[in-house]
Amino acid sequence: MNLFAEILVSGFVVLGATFALVGSWGLLRLPHLMARLHAPTKATTLGVGSVLLGSMVFFLAAGDGLSMHELLIVLFLFLTAPVSASFLAKAYLRRHPDEAVLPRPGAGGWMTFVDEVGDPNERPAPPSPREPSGSSQD
Amino acid sequence: MKLTGLLDYALAFGFAAFALALLFNLLRLLRGPTAMDRVLAVDTMVINVIALIVLLGIRQATQAYFEAALLFAMFGFVATVSFCRFMLRGRLVD
Repeated sequence: MNLFAEILVSGFVVLGATFALVGSWGLLRLPHLMARLHAPTKATTLGVGSVLLGSMVFFLAAGDGLSMHELLIVLFLFLTAPVSASFLAKAYLRRHPDEAVLPRPGAGGWMTFVDEVGDPNERPAPPSPREPSGSSQD
Repeated sequence: MKLTGLLDYALAFGFAAFALALLFNLLRLLRGPTAMDRVLAVDTMVINVIALIVLLGIRQATQAYFEAALLFAMFGFVATVSFCRFMLRGRLVD
């Protein structure tokens, strides 16, 4: 392990730790959840990605060959962070539809609330055998 | 392995920063006004714990911890999505 690799790993670790610290600080300090959602899902994910990149360089320089575990974890985290953030925002908007903290939507309103009318992915409830068919309403 | 000791300082800074970040997340978990704040705090804590596991692997120069980190990532995502789905629908499985 030469000096260049050590400097590179140290830089990645310090950069990632700083990003994660900024993300958690934003989680603590931002005013409401729709703003608070930005800090951990972007800064913390980037910080963990940087630390994992540093780990990859470390094990490459230590002579263990190129390890793919870190790349797998980075890929998984970068794929799941937007999905979980979207789910969190959607659940928050459904439970707290106070329009004060939200920006004004466009002409169609908030797209999150559209599937109140009909979600194509939601399977309709099976008709109960007691009711006559044809009068299904929800 | 050790040339200048720079990596030791960097790892110490990393452990301290992630511990402080976990403390911030814990404060948000205790304080959070809504349930979604608490779910977000737990999700961020899981991500920080993954980084701590990876830093421990660098410090001990072993690759034995990556399965643990991967399991933490997968179960953290599943837990967050399950919580949000429960908040949205009121049930988990339909």
